[in-house]
Amino acid sequence: MIPEIGQFTLALALAVASVQASLPLVGAIRGYDSWMGLAKPAARIQFLLVFSAFLILVHAFVSNDFSVAYVAQNSNTALPTAYRVSAVWGAHEGSLLLWIVILAGWTYAVTLFDSQLPRSFAALVLSVMGIVSVGFLSFLMFTSNPFARLLPAAADGGDLNPLLQDPGLIIHPPMLYVGYVGSSVAFGFAIAALIEGRITAQAARWIRPWAVGSWIFLTIGIALGSWWAYYELGWGGWWFWDPVENASFMPWLLGTALIHSLAVTEKRGTFKNWTVLLALATFALSLLGTFLVRSGVLTSVHAFATDPGRGIFVLVLLAIMIGGSFVLYAWRGPSTFSGGTFEPVSREVFLLLNSTLLAVATATVLLGTLYPLILEALGLGKISVGPPYFNVVFGAVMLPLIGLLGIGQFSRWKSDSIRRLLVRLRYAFIATVATAGCAAVALGGQHAMSAAIGIGFGIWVFVTTIFGIVERCRHREHVWYTLFHLPRAFVGQCIAHIGFGCTVIGVVITSFYTIDEHQSLAPGDRALVSDYEFHFVGLSSFDGPNYRVTEGTFDIRRDGQLVATLKPQKRLYVVRNMPMTEAGISPGFTRDLYVALGEPLEDGAWSVRMHLKPFIRWIWLGAILMALGGFMAMFDPRLRSPVTLRSEQSATSPVSD
Amino acid sequence: MTPQRKKRLLAIAFILGGMGIATALILTAFEKNLMYFYSPSEVVAGEAPQGRKFRVGGLVVEGSVKRVPDSLSVEFSVTDTVNKVPVIYTGILPDLFREGQGIVAHGERRADGVFEASEVLAKHDENYMPPEVASALAEAKGVKMPPHPR
Repeated sequence: MIPEIGQFTLALALAVASVQASLPLVGAIRGYDSWMGLAKPAARIQFLLVFSAFLILVHAFVSNDFSVAYVAQNSNTALPTAYRVSAVWGAHEGSLLLWIVILAGWTYAVTLFDSQLPRSFAALVLSVMGIVSVGFLSFLMFTSNPFARLLPAAADGGDLNPLLQDPGLIIHPPMLYVGYVGSSVAFGFAIAALIEGRITAQAARWIRPWAVGSWIFLTIGIALGSWWAYYELGWGGWWFWDPVENASFMPWLLGTALIHSLAVTEKRGTFKNWTVLLALATFALSLLGTFLVRSGVLTSVHAFATDPGRGIFVLVLLAIMIGGSFVLYAWRGPSTFSGGTFEPVSREVFLLLNSTLLAVATATVLLGTLYPLILEALGLGKISVGPPYFNVVFGAVMLPLIGLLGIGQFSRWKSDSIRRLLVRLRYAFIATVATAGCAAVALGGQHAMSAAIGIGFGIWVFVTTIFGIVERCRHREHVWYTLFHLPRAFVGQCIAHIGFGCTVIGVVITSFYTIDEHQSLAPGDRALVSDYEFHFVGLSSFDGPNYRVTEGTFDIRRDGQLVATLKPQKRLYVVRNMPMTEAGISPGFTRDLYVALGEPLEDGAWSVRMHLKPFIRWIWLGAILMALGGFMAMFDPRLRSPVTLRSEQSATSPVSD
Repeated sequence: MTPQRKKRLLAIAFILGGMGIATALILTAFEKNLMYFYSPSEVVAGEAPQGRKFRVGGLVVEGSVKRVPDSLSVEFSVTDTVNKVPVIYTGILPDLFREGQGIVAHGERRADGVFEASEVLAKHDENYMPPEVASALAEAKGVKMPPHPR
């Protein structure tokens, strides 16, 4: 009975979403005040309805209701309760419901914080988000009902894919979804701006924390996914250029471009066209991500249960939303926005160059991800694009981007001179080269030169950030007072850039200096990896809650000193008879030690994978700092203050080029 | 031509030139790293390239898996049920590699016809068949398959 209530709740939500999608839109265009007023209550009711449906599905999982087909396929009585809850989004139907709940959640949040916006603009934003919701609710109801019954009920369930039975995977998908779906707010903003034909400074200011908010979640979600792949897939990689990773990475890249372009739109009243285009494209790529993961076109660890009928539905949905919004852009965009002036050398230009580079980077990733799919769909052969393509091309785009980032964050708005920048940044450049040189000597090896260049780019970000802070304080009367009372958005910017530098350094050092040993070892054997001695002490076996474990013990010594004892496991998940590798990892600020069991060989020996991964934590540390910086910037009080007359003029007055 | 205009023209020429070079570099890197998929029958028929990496996929032939003593090398054959290709791989196989399972291997074909794999992929789901393998099997049976069989 309860699952039927869930289904009914979803149907009601679809009806309410249809109201939210249509009437306020017409109301805002025609100026019917009461119709606009419907947006807010409809959005709130819709959220309550889909959230109830979600709770009902959670209840079905926790109470092991195997008469619900989705529960029977993805859960099991032996599954620990925490994983029963996360099993809700372990496959297609539930993760789609989660997507919708999060969309409704963002919409609800918009209804709480829209007082800065003109009434019609707020109604438009909510109504556009309602249109997205209608699309996805129909997708859920017509192709992938999570409450469909299984008659007769199964005695026990088919279990959650063991790959997903992991704490990292409890939070990774929701984080990523919050990030993906959060870009719908900026999408609503862009569509509303296109319909109204203008972006006021107030609206540009209003949208900034939302765009940054969804970007933060995307950052955390991607970093969690990378970390999970590192310890769970058992071979020590942290990024594979897998199409589904790319699917989440592309909206992140464009989202990064968007938050930077938005800063210009809000502060200087320019780049409005570009900002709107980025907002549309970021959301389009989020939808594309959903399509890639859920349509079954991908050969990937992520594409679990798939169905071509659903693929076509999402494709049509995608075509309507993306196609529609770009047609609207082509029709309204170029004529409606005009902006302020700036000189060829100014912070505006550096931000424009870098957001363009980010768009180029996105395009190269898109090419490598979609080209094989398109070729295969046309029957022209089955190809795949190897990681070297992404590494080379992406790296080539990142280098100028980082160089410009350093100069850009030091430059002045509106007008600057190359001469001033050269003079002021020459010490920064010298400091960078010197530090990178020292790093090359310290690291040594055949890759020292390339590594030093890569590290140099990371250090360039650090040094120019510090120079930027100094520049800001040194002309003031009270230097220390200024330093401790810097605007929060600026502090956030500095933290995020330093985080980006950390990630760059982590990626470079890990790529060049990882040591990877595969050996056959029997208990009692020792192996030397760089200057660490791995001693395979022994094996033991025991039972976990729903799996059987073979656990190895490794003592790792350096210069005779015990550094760590690692216990890598080989698990056999009984329900699906599926083996899984749990790596043993000793994390460290400058290096990780990593052991994973391969498979048993003859005479009690095992194939063993041993890694020394220097600086790999810096990759995720950088992501944490980026998220933290975003968080600080998002809560800058200035973003919630009304726009003053002066900046309102600078932002909205059309200026001829 | 005013200096202002000249500046602008220069800037545009610069941007276009940069974009042209970038596009050329991207496409070169792209072309170099494309890997085609061939079914065992296509490999046996000699359609697969020599001296270039490609992918081959099929079912691991029952009873064909042999370990080379005192090393991590493994020899096995993959089949589309009609033809077989011998494969050699040195390293740790994925968890779900077993006889009868669908796998995809990346690597090059040696002169003696053995496929030397640098990477072996098996899906993390016991029922799952890589789409390439499924369609290779179907083609070997003479059935024309849509691009995404399921």
